Amino acid sequence: MSHDDMDKIRQGKKEWEECSSNVKERPNKFMTVSSVPIKALYTPEDTEGISFQDDLNFPGYYPYTRGVQPNMYRGRLWTMRQFAGFATAKESNERYKYLLSQGQTGLSVAFDMPTIMGYDSDHPRSFGEVGRVGVAIDSLDDMETLFSDIPLDRITTSMTINAPAAVLWCLYIATAEKQGISSHKLGGTIQNDILKEYIAQKSWIFPPEPSLRLITDIFAFSSQHVPKWNTVSISGYHIREAGSTAVQELAFTLADGFAYVEAGIKAGLDVDSFAPRLSFFFNAHIDFFEEIAKYRAARRIWAKRMKEKYGAKDERSLLLRFHTQTAGCSLTAQQPENNIVRTAYEALGAVLGGTQSLHTNSMDEVMALPTEKAVRIALRTQQIIAEETGVANTIDPLAGSYFVEALTNQMEQETEKYFERIDHFGGVLAAIDEGFFQQEIADAAYRYQREIEKKERIIVGVNDYVTQEKPPVDLLKIDPQIEEEQKQRVRSVREKRDNIVCTNRLEALRKAAGTTENLIPLILDAVKVYATEGEIIQVLREVFGEYKEKPIF
Amino acid sequence: MNTARKIRVLVAKPGLDGHDRGAKVVARALRDAGMEVVYTGLHQTPEQVVEAAIQEDVDMVGLSILSGAHLTIFPRICELLKENGAEDIMVMGGGIIPDDDMQELLANGHAQALFTPGTVTADIINWIHEAMKDRLS
Repeated sequence: MSHDDMDKIRQGKKEWEECSSNVKERPNKFMTVSSVPIKALYTPEDTEGISFQDDLNFPGYYPYTRGVQPNMYRGRLWTMRQFAGFATAKESNERYKYLLSQGQTGLSVAFDMPTIMGYDSDHPRSFGEVGRVGVAIDSLDDMETLFSDIPLDRITTSMTINAPAAVLWCLYIATAEKQGISSHKLGGTIQNDILKEYIAQKSWIFPPEPSLRLITDIFAFSSQHVPKWNTVSISGYHIREAGSTAVQELAFTLADGFAYVEAGIKAGLDVDSFAPRLSFFFNAHIDFFEEIAKYRAARRIWAKRMKEKYGAKDERSLLLRFHTQTAGCSLTAQQPENNIVRTAYEALGAVLGGTQSLHTNSMDEVMALPTEKAVRIALRTQQIIAEETGVANTIDPLAGSYFVEALTNQMEQETEKYFERIDHFGGVLAAIDEGFFQQEIADAAYRYQREIEKKERIIVGVNDYVTQEKPPVDLLKIDPQIEEEQKQRVRSVREKRDNIVCTNRLEALRKAAGTTENLIPLILDAVKVYATEGEIIQVLREVFGEYKEKPIF
Repeated sequence: MNTARKIRVLVAKPGLDGHDRGAKVVARALRDAGMEVVYTGLHQTPEQVVEAAIQEDVDMVGLSILSGAHLTIFPRICELLKENGAEDIMVMGGGIIPDDDMQELLANGHAQALFTPGTVTADIINWIHEAMKDRLS
C-alpha cells in the first residue's frame, strides 16, 4: 500500500470517527472474554508493517501462521477425537467401540483420579473415586480389556495422563505387544505435561526435577522404539480452565514447551531428535476471534523460537501441531441445551484456527460425565462443521482480516512480554516455585467472576435470560458397586501373577531410579509381569519424594 | 464500636481432584466479604480436613469436590467431625454435584448448603451470614 493510500485511509478514518461518535454506543464494555478491549473498527492502519512473506506466508511454510500442512483440511479433515472413559475398562471399551462405529476417527482415554494420581483402586486414598471421572486402570489386565477388539495399529490413541504417564504408556506398549503389534507401528499421544500440573491442573506426584527426568527418558526411548508417538501434549487447556486469559494460556503453554526443549537439550539429546514429536493442546473458549488469533500466533511464535533460539534444523521441529477441546468452563448448568450452541461456536473457532484434532464437549458435562446421546450430539457438531458449513473448503480463510491479523500480532507481543517476566524469575521452574503462574491465573479467574457478578459480562441463563427449570434427570450414573469390583480385580491380579519376578523387577526399577539410567525399559519390564501402577509409582515415590504446593488464593 | 468477631471459614479440597478454581474464587470472595478464610490446599484426606477445621477453630467448612466422590467424602467428614466432638462446625460445599445427590446429602444432614456451578458468590456470603446470625448475636 502506498503512502498516499494510507493517508487517504487515515483521513477517511477521522471522518468516520466523527460520524460514528454522534451515535451513542451500548453501555457494555467492549472486551474479549479475557477482558482485552476491542476497538469498534480495524483498518489497514492496524496491519501496517505486516509482511506476507515473513509473518504469514503460505500454509505449510515458515512461520506456519496459516497452518502446518500445505493443504490443511482439503487433504484430510481434523481428527474427531472425543475424550471418554468411565467406570471400568470393560464399560469404557464398549463406549470406544460405539464411538468408532459412529465415525469417530481416534480414541482419547480419560482416567479416573486414582489412576491419575498413581494409586491402585484398593488404596485408601482411592476411596470413593474409583471409575468416577474416567476409567480405572491398575494393571496390564485392565489395559488389555480397555483395548480389547480394537486393533492398536489402525487407530491412534490419546491418553490424558501426566505424572504417571510413563507407566500408562508402557501399559499401552505392552498391550500392543500382546496384540502382536510392534511399538514402531503405534501412533498416539500421552499428555505427559507435568509443568502445567504444577501451574494449573494440580495432579502432580513427584517434584519437578525427577518428573522432567521421566519425560526426557520418554523422549529418548520413543525416538528409538516408538517413533510415531507424540511424547508430550503441551497443554494450555487446563491453564485456561483454571481461569487464565487467552494470552496467559498461550504464553504459559509455549513457555512450558520451550522448557521441555531445554530439558531435552540439557539431557544431551539433539533437539531434532525429539522436538518433532512434541504436540500441543489448546482450549477453544467462546470468544471467537480471540481464539483464532491465539492459534495463529501460537504457530508463529513456536516456529520462530525453535529456529532462531534453539537451532532446530528439521522442519518438523518447527511445526506447532495441536489438539483442541472446547471450553468446559464456558458451559452452564442452567439451560444445559444452550451448551450445544456454545460448543458449536467454539469448535468452529478451533477449525478456523487450523486445529489437527478436536474434542467437542457434551451439553451435560457441567453436571456429570456425558450420556451417550449428549456425546453423539457433540460429535455430530463437528461433522456438521466439516461436511455442511463449507469452512473446510479453503485454508485459513480469516487471514488478511484487519481485525484478526491485528489481534494475532497483539497476542504475539503480549506473549513475548510474559516470556520476559518468566525469564526474569529464572525460567518456568523458578516461576512455579514463586507461585507466579498460580497467582496470575487466580487473579484472572477472580476478575472474571467479579465481572459476571457485576453484570459487566453476561452469561446467558446465568446472570441474564434466566428461566425457572427443573434439573435434568437424564444423567450418567456410576454404580458405586464398580469400586468394589475393581478392588477385587486388582487383588486377584496380585494373587495370580508371579510375585517373585514382579518384586525383582520393582526392585530393579528402584535401583535404577537412583541413577541416571533410562527408566522406561525397567517400567516396561515391570508392567509386563503385572506389577500394578500403584506399586510402580510407590517405588518411584520412595526414591523421588512427593511435591508439595504452597496454597495461595 | 463493632466488636462482633469475624466469621471463620475453612475452604477445603478433599479427595484427589486438583480443580481449585472454584475453591480459590470462593475463598477470596469470603475474605473480601470480611471473613477469616483458611485454605487447605489440594489433595486433603477427610482426616486432614477435620483436623485443620478443629485446629483453626472455624465456624464453617466449605468443601469443593469435582471428582464425583461427594457421596463418600461429605458423610465421612461429618462422621469425623462428630467423632471429634466438633459437630457444631457447619458444612457447606460445591462442585459438580448432580441434583439427586445434592438432595440426598442435604436430606441426610451431610451438608447444610450446597452451591453448584453458576452460583454468585454473594449468595454464598448471604447464606453464611444468615446461618451464623444466631451464633454471633
